[in-house]
Amino acid sequence: MFGRIMAVLVKEFIQMRRDRMTFGMMIGIPILQLVLFGFAINNDPKNLPTSVLIQDHGRYSRALVAAMQNTEYFRVDSVAATEAEAQRLLTTGAVNFVVTIPAGFERDLARGDQPQLLVQADATDPTASANALAALQQLQYTALRHELRGVLSGLNPDEPAFELVVHRLYNPEGITAYNVVPGLIGVILTMSTILMTSLALTRETERGTMENLLAMPLRPIEVMLGKIVPYIGIGCVQVAIILAAARWLFEVPILGSVPLLYGMLLAFIAANVCLGYTFSTLARTQMQAMQLTFFFFLPSILLSGFMFPFRGMPVWAQWIGEALPLTHFMRIARGILLKGNGFAEVAPSLWPIFVFLAIVGTIALRRYRQTLD
Amino acid sequence: MNGVIDVRGLTKRFGRHVAVNGVSIDVAKGEIAGFLGPNGSGKTTTIRMLCGLLTPDEGEGTCLGLDVRRDSKRIKAQIGYMTQRFSFYEDLTIRENLDFVARLYRLRSRKAQVDRTLERLGLGDRQQQLAGTLSGGWKQRLALAACVMHGPKLLLLDEPTAGVDPEARRVFWDQIHVLADEGLTVLVSTHYMDEAERCHRIFYINEGVVIARGTVDQVIADAGLTTWTVRGPGLARLAAALSDCDGVEQVAPFGNTLHVVGGDAERLEAAIAPFRKRHGLRWELDATSLEDVFIQLMGRRTGGQQAAA
Ligand SMILES: Nc1ncnc2c1ncn2[C@@H]1O[C@H](COP(=O)(O)OP(=O)(O)OP(=O)(O)O)[C@@H](O)[C@H]1O
Ligand SMILES: [Mg+2]
Repeated sequence: MFGRIMAVLVKEFIQMRRDRMTFGMMIGIPILQLVLFGFAINNDPKNLPTSVLIQDHGRYSRALVAAMQNTEYFRVDSVAATEAEAQRLLTTGAVNFVVTIPAGFERDLARGDQPQLLVQADATDPTASANALAALQQLQYTALRHELRGVLSGLNPDEPAFELVVHRLYNPEGITAYNVVPGLIGVILTMSTILMTSLALTRETERGTMENLLAMPLRPIEVMLGKIVPYIGIGCVQVAIILAAARWLFEVPILGSVPLLYGMLLAFIAANVCLGYTFSTLARTQMQAMQLTFFFFLPSILLSGFMFPFRGMPVWAQWIGEALPLTHFMRIARGILLKGNGFAEVAPSLWPIFVFLAIVGTIALRRYRQTLD
Repeated sequence: MNGVIDVRGLTKRFGRHVAVNGVSIDVAKGEIAGFLGPNGSGKTTTIRMLCGLLTPDEGEGTCLGLDVRRDSKRIKAQIGYMTQRFSFYEDLTIRENLDFVARLYRLRSRKAQVDRTLERLGLGDRQQQLAGTLSGGWKQRLALAACVMHGPKLLLLDEPTAGVDPEARRVFWDQIHVLADEGLTVLVSTHYMDEAERCHRIFYINEGVVIARGTVDQVIADAGLTTWTVRGPGLARLAAALSDCDGVEQVAPFGNTLHVVGGDAERLEAAIAPFRKRHGLRWELDATSLEDVFIQLMGRRTGGQQAAA
């Protein structure tokens, strides 16, 4: 018995060594992923993009902005000129927070009148904003103590210098399902569509039907479309089921237009099946195709903002995330479902999906082997 | 020249191994050309180069007047290629497979065409059976039917009758001859002698080189062999004794007779002279058969290999 086990073991080992790509993936992927996600995963996201709308300039507002930056939770990277601009930044997801310093802030502070500071937080992802808002609560007491010392020596140090008014937008109760379900639509579609199409050509090769297929007058684009379109159809059915579940099972509000969402889904699915097909032109066996799929799937889950707040990730991880269709789709889906966004607001997230589709499709057509050599 | 296949110097290497080495083939319209040679001699590789599935490393030529290197797409539309290994979809039914092909070649009146093909095959009542569950011979017949359905001008058949029973083979060859009469050109690889004899012309390839070509009679004549047949008792021992004799190149049993073959008629006669007087043996000078020639051609190779090793 031992001899037979050894025989199989040796054979497997030889085959493994022959199959360089699989071998490389088996070794390389776990290491890569460990490194990637070990750094990227962050439940205490910092440096969240923030915009300030300053309606009263002065030393106190400057000190306040500086103090917010010092908490490391906020990264004030834009100063909004108007309220409308601030709103736009929030709806498109360019920033997570808008801090409004109201008119008369400086004067009221100096008088000890505890002016209001309005903070609007994008709460679609509740975990992303929770710690940042907690830090802000602290600032009420500490931020301006130094500046106000001389002026307001009489002020009770236990009383906050200003009043904090927090508006949690889009998901006021911080219900996680609202955030997760739209993301889940994207994740499930990513997995199923890529996996199915990645086997498209490798299956032909492994079953020996490729020779016949190649001997017939077919162009690469015809093979590609013939193979991916059915999967887009299946994707659409999946979407209907998932959306129904979102609506009636998780009771996720659908504020935006469903046809718009469907249109977006179509683009997203097209990008995914096209990627799957590209994998099948790269892989030589079904096993390799499957591994490529998982290789793509994990970062899609972890770096797209599905698992962890996107803005909380290091910049390089965000760059990777920006290249993934799931990232953009998730923004679109959350935007349409939870924010009621229209086409104009989701368009900035749509074109990256098309760019992805074009790049991946080109690779697939170039990699398609029209001969057996 | 209306050579349907006209290629010169086709060469294909896999790594350092030269699978096909300077093969030239010309086949005229309406001709049935047989492609013969031992296993691994390069038949499949050559056929694949003809239909654009492999790119030749060297050589050039035309198929149906189209350049084999540049016009493979247009060539593919006009040929029927039957692969050596069954390469239709086993998880599709017979009908679905034919339907797939019919759609692919954009056949008009698709359903009628498929029906007719099924009927001709005699598979009408089994059309819903999965192709994978067909017996080996039936798979061959299905594949053949599928590759002639779109009315190609040139058929490239890679061992189409391997594993097919004699009756079906005869039907197949009759059919091929009818199609050839109508102007279809056929290149067919085979290991069967009787099939080779039914071809208008044959090409014999060995280690990637065509070493014999022409009509059957020409190939036999070109081999320049003399063949004696012997009948009688104790042929096995006789064969052993003969094969060591100078001038005897090949001794092969055929049923109750022994074929003794040599390239030099006089030396052969001298060699067998001592045995001719043996009691009970009937010696006859016979016509050399194609099979004798092929065994001779193949023997040269094994001889060469042993010498090399
Ligand atoms: N893709 C390939 N890679 C490497 N070597 C190959 C490849 N295809 C064929 N060969 C080699 O080329 C040679 C010719 O093979 P080919 O299949 O053309 O022979 P054949 O005459 O069709 O044999 P058979 O009668 O067994 O079908 C063989 O030595 C084979 O091992
Ligand atoms: Mg072959």
